[in-house]
Amino acid sequence: MLSRVLEQNSPAAELVAWDPEAVLDGKLDRGEVTLFIAPARIAAVCGFLKERGFTRLSSITAVDWYPAEPRFEVVYHLHNMRDNRRLRLKCRLSEGESIPSVTGVWRGADWYEREVWDLFGIRFENHPDLRRILLPEDWTDHPLRKDYPVHGRRYDYVREGGE
Amino acid sequence: MDFYLITAVKAAALMGFLLLTLLYLQWIERKVIAHVQVRIGPSRVGPHGLLQPVADSLKLLLKEDLIPPHVNRFLYLAAPFLAVTLALLSYAVIPFGPEIEIFGVRTRLQLADLDIAVLFVLAVSSMTVYAVVLAGWSSNSKYPLLGALRSAAQMISYELPLALAVAAPLLLANTLNLREIVERQDGFYLGLLPRWNVFQLPAPQILGLVVFVIAMFAETNRVPFDLPEAENELVAGFHTEYSAMKFAAFFMAEYANMITISAMATLLFLGGWLPPWPAWLGSNWVPMILFAGAGALALYHGLNAERARDRRTLPIVAAGFFGASLVFALPALHALLIPPFWFLAKVGLLLWIFMWVRGTLPRFRYDQLMRFAWGTLFPLGVVNLLATGLLVALFGEA
Amino acid sequence: MSDQAPIPTEATARTLTLNMGPQHPSTHGVLRLVLELDGETVVRARPEIGFLHTGIEKECEQKLYHQVVTLTDRVDYLAPLSNNLCYCLAVEKLLGLEVPPLARWMRVMLTELTRLNSHLVWLGTHALDIGAMSVFLYCFREREEILRIFEMFSGQRMMTSYFRIGGLAVEPPRGWQHAVRRFVDTFPSRIDEYEELLTRNPIWLRRTKGVGYVSLEDLIELGVTGPMLRAAGLAWDIRKSEPYSDYDQFDFEIPTRTESDVYARYQVRLEEMRQSTRIVRQALEGMPSGRHVADAPGIVLPDREKMKTEMEALIYHFKIVTEGFRVPPGEVYQAVESPRGELAYYVVSDGGAKPWRVYMRTPSFGNLQALPAMIEGGLIADVVAALGSMDFVLGDVDR
Repeated sequence: MLSRVLEQNSPAAELVAWDPEAVLDGKLDRGEVTLFIAPARIAAVCGFLKERGFTRLSSITAVDWYPAEPRFEVVYHLHNMRDNRRLRLKCRLSEGESIPSVTGVWRGADWYEREVWDLFGIRFENHPDLRRILLPEDWTDHPLRKDYPVHGRRYDYVREGGE
Repeated sequence: MDFYLITAVKAAALMGFLLLTLLYLQWIERKVIAHVQVRIGPSRVGPHGLLQPVADSLKLLLKEDLIPPHVNRFLYLAAPFLAVTLALLSYAVIPFGPEIEIFGVRTRLQLADLDIAVLFVLAVSSMTVYAVVLAGWSSNSKYPLLGALRSAAQMISYELPLALAVAAPLLLANTLNLREIVERQDGFYLGLLPRWNVFQLPAPQILGLVVFVIAMFAETNRVPFDLPEAENELVAGFHTEYSAMKFAAFFMAEYANMITISAMATLLFLGGWLPPWPAWLGSNWVPMILFAGAGALALYHGLNAERARDRRTLPIVAAGFFGASLVFALPALHALLIPPFWFLAKVGLLLWIFMWVRGTLPRFRYDQLMRFAWGTLFPLGVVNLLATGLLVALFGEA
Repeated sequence: MSDQAPIPTEATARTLTLNMGPQHPSTHGVLRLVLELDGETVVRARPEIGFLHTGIEKECEQKLYHQVVTLTDRVDYLAPLSNNLCYCLAVEKLLGLEVPPLARWMRVMLTELTRLNSHLVWLGTHALDIGAMSVFLYCFREREEILRIFEMFSGQRMMTSYFRIGGLAVEPPRGWQHAVRRFVDTFPSRIDEYEELLTRNPIWLRRTKGVGYVSLEDLIELGVTGPMLRAAGLAWDIRKSEPYSDYDQFDFEIPTRTESDVYARYQVRLEEMRQSTRIVRQALEGMPSGRHVADAPGIVLPDREKMKTEMEALIYHFKIVTEGFRVPPGEVYQAVESPRGELAYYVVSDGGAKPWRVYMRTPSFGNLQALPAMIEGGLIADVVAALGSMDFVLGDVDR
C-alpha cells in the first residue's frame, strides 16, 4: 500500500505496523507526507500519533472535490514539535457521511471541526458542541462547497443554484 | 439689605467664574494630556482650540435628549441633577481669600463663612455617591449597574482615609471653620518656611497630605482609580446610558469635584491663599513676573511661528498676559489680587497633577483598589491621626 | 456567531450574564464574549466569533493565483506582509520556484517590520486596556514611521501586497536604506521608553503578574502558538525550527519566559521587538544586490520598460493578467511565524490557473480557543488584561 519512500518514514511505518487497516494510502510530495486514513479510524490514529510525538494539532480543514466521488477530503495537519516534523492525514468522505471527532484527543480540535461543519457541512460524531461557528445559526447550506454559487442573491441561489 | 445684595453679587460672580473654569478645565486637560502624548490636542475651533469647550457645550445642549425606555424615569433624571447640585454646593463655604475691601465694601472672598465648613464639605462630598449609585441603578442595564456598585464601594472606602487625613489638620487648627484654619497657618518659621499645616510644628502633616492626595484621586474617580467608568471593561460605567446634557452634567460634576477637593487640600494643608514665602522676599511680585514671562514666551513663539494664524493669535495671547502682568504690578491692587492668586495657583497645581497622573499611570484592578484602601491607606491615616493627636497634646500651644 | 445569549434557567439569583461585545471598546474588534458573572468574578466565558467573516477562502478560489495576494492582506490586517509571504511561499513551493536573494532578504526585512508594526499596535491597545493611555500614542508614533516605510516600498500603508509570487511587486525604492536606518537607529531607545512607563510600574505589575495563567500543556492542547507559547517556556519559533526565506542566515534569539501570565507575554513580545530590530538591521547591512524577481517569464510580470519595447514581454504580460498561469497539481502546507504565532497556508492546486482551495490556518483562531481557560475564575478586569495579552485580530479569526 505504501510506497517505498514512505516505508522509511517512521511515523507512517509505525502507524502501518500498529494498524494496517487504518492506513489506506500515502504519498510524499514536495517533501510533505500525506497519509490517507480510513475515516472510522481517524480518532484512534490521532490518539496513537499523539503518543508518538505528534503532540500538536496544527489545523483541521476540508477540501471539496465536487463533482468527483467521494467528494470531500477532511485534512488534518499534525506537528511533532520535538523532531519538527509535520504530517498530513486525509480522510475521504462522501456527501452525507460523518467522521469521528478528534476532540477527545485534542481539545483544540473543537473550533476547527465546527468550522468544517459550518463551511462544508461535514458532521463530526461525538463532538461536544457542533454548532455553526462563523456563519449565523439560521444560515442554510455550506458556502465552501464547490456547488455553492458565488454570484446572485442568497435567496436566488438557495432556490435555483443549490443542490 | 446690603448683606443680601452682596451675597447675591458674590454668588453670581462665583457661579460665573466656576462655570467658566469648568468649561476651560476640560480644554486645559485635553491640551495637557495631548502634550504628554505627543499630540497637539484641540486646535480646530478657534485659535488653539480655545472655542472647543463652547462648541462642545453647544453640541451637548442641542443633542436630542434621549431617555431609554427601560429606565426608572424619575431617578434616571434625578441622578445628574443631584450630581451637579452636590458638586457645586461645596463652593458655598470655600474661602478664596481673606477679608478685602472693594468699592468701599468690606467683605470676605467667600459665600458663607460657616463654622462647620469642613463637616459641610465632607457631608456633601460623601453624598455624591448617591448620584452615581442612582444613575447606575435607574439605568436598568448591566454595565452601569456594575459601574455603580464599584463606585459605591470605592467612594465609601476612600471616604474613610480622606476623613482621617482631614481630621489631623483640624487637631492642629482647633477649629472647623475653613477661614480660621487658613488664618492659623499664617506666618513663617525662621522667617522663611511657611507655617502651612503640611510643615506646621509640632506635627507636620506630610503623611496626611500624601494620604489625602491619594484618597482624593479615588474620591473623584480619576486615573488610576477610575474604575467606575473604566471604559475598557465597563464601557462608560455608571453613565453608559446617559447622553446629551445629562451626560455633560456628570462630566461637569466630576470636574467640579476635582476643583472642590483640590481647594480642600489647599486650604487644609497648603495654607490656602497664603504666599509660600514672605512678602519681603518678593512673593507679591511672583504673579507679575510669571505673567510677564508667559507673555514673553507667547510673543516669542508668535513671532517665530510657522503658521500665519499663529503669528496673529499668539501676540494677542501675549498681550493678554502682559495686561495681567501690568494689573499685578500695581501695588494698590496687591491686597485684593495676591491672595486669590496664590489660592488659585495652588489649586491649579493640584489639578495639573490630576492631569499629569492621568497621562502616566495605568488603572488599578477593583480588588487591588479596595485592598489598597483598607490595607494601606486606612492604617496610614490612623497612624497619622494618632501621631498628630499625641504631638499636639504634648507640645501643642493650647 | 450563533445563538442568542442563553436565557439563564438556574442560579439566576447568583450569576449575571453579561454580553461583552461585539461592540465593546476592548474586544479589539467584533468579538462577542458571553460572560457569566458572580459579582465581578467570571464563572464561565464563551467566545462567539464570526462577525467579521468575509468568506475570503471562498473568494480565493475564484481568483487567479496572483490576485489572491491582495486578499491575503485583508486576513490579518495588522500583519499583511506575513500573510503575503506565507501565501507566496506556498505557491512558490507548488511551482518549485526559487526567488532571488534580494527578494528573500527584503521579505525578511519587511516581515520583521510588520512584526514590529503588529507588536506596537498590540502594546498600545493592551496598555490602553489597562488604563495607560499615553503608551498607546507613543506606540502609534513609531508605527507611523513603519507605515511610512511601507508606503515608500509599495505605495500603501496597510494593504501593501508587496510580495508577489516570484519575488517583490516592484523594485525597492531609492533611498529605502536611509529610511530604514533612521528607524532602526531610533527604535531601541523608544522600546526603552515604553519599558520605563510600564515594566517596573507597580500598578502594571499588579494588573499583569499571575493573571491569565494557562499551563504549557494546556496551551499546546488547545492549539495556541506564538508568543503565548514562548511565554510559557517553549522556545519554538518557526523562523528557527523550519527556516524559510533565508531566516537561517540571520542571528537572533527566541525570547522565552516560564510564568505564562500576562506579564510574561508582555516581556516576550517586548524582547521580540528588540530581536526583530536586530534582524532588520542585519538585513539592512547585508542586503544582497540583484534582481527583485525570479527569472520566470510565464509567472512573474515583466518590467514596464520591457513591456513597452519587447514583443514577448507584452505577450507574457497579457497572458498573466488575463488568464494567469497554471500550477502543477498538488498541495502544500506552508507555515511561517506571524506576529501572533503559526500562520499556515494550505494551498491545493488541481492544475488550473485558480487555486482549488486555499485554507488559512490563522494564529488568532487557534489562540482564541484558549480564552475561556485563561479568564474563567478571574475578575472582569482580568478579562481585559487577558484579552489584550492574546493579541488576536478578528479579521484573522473570522477570515
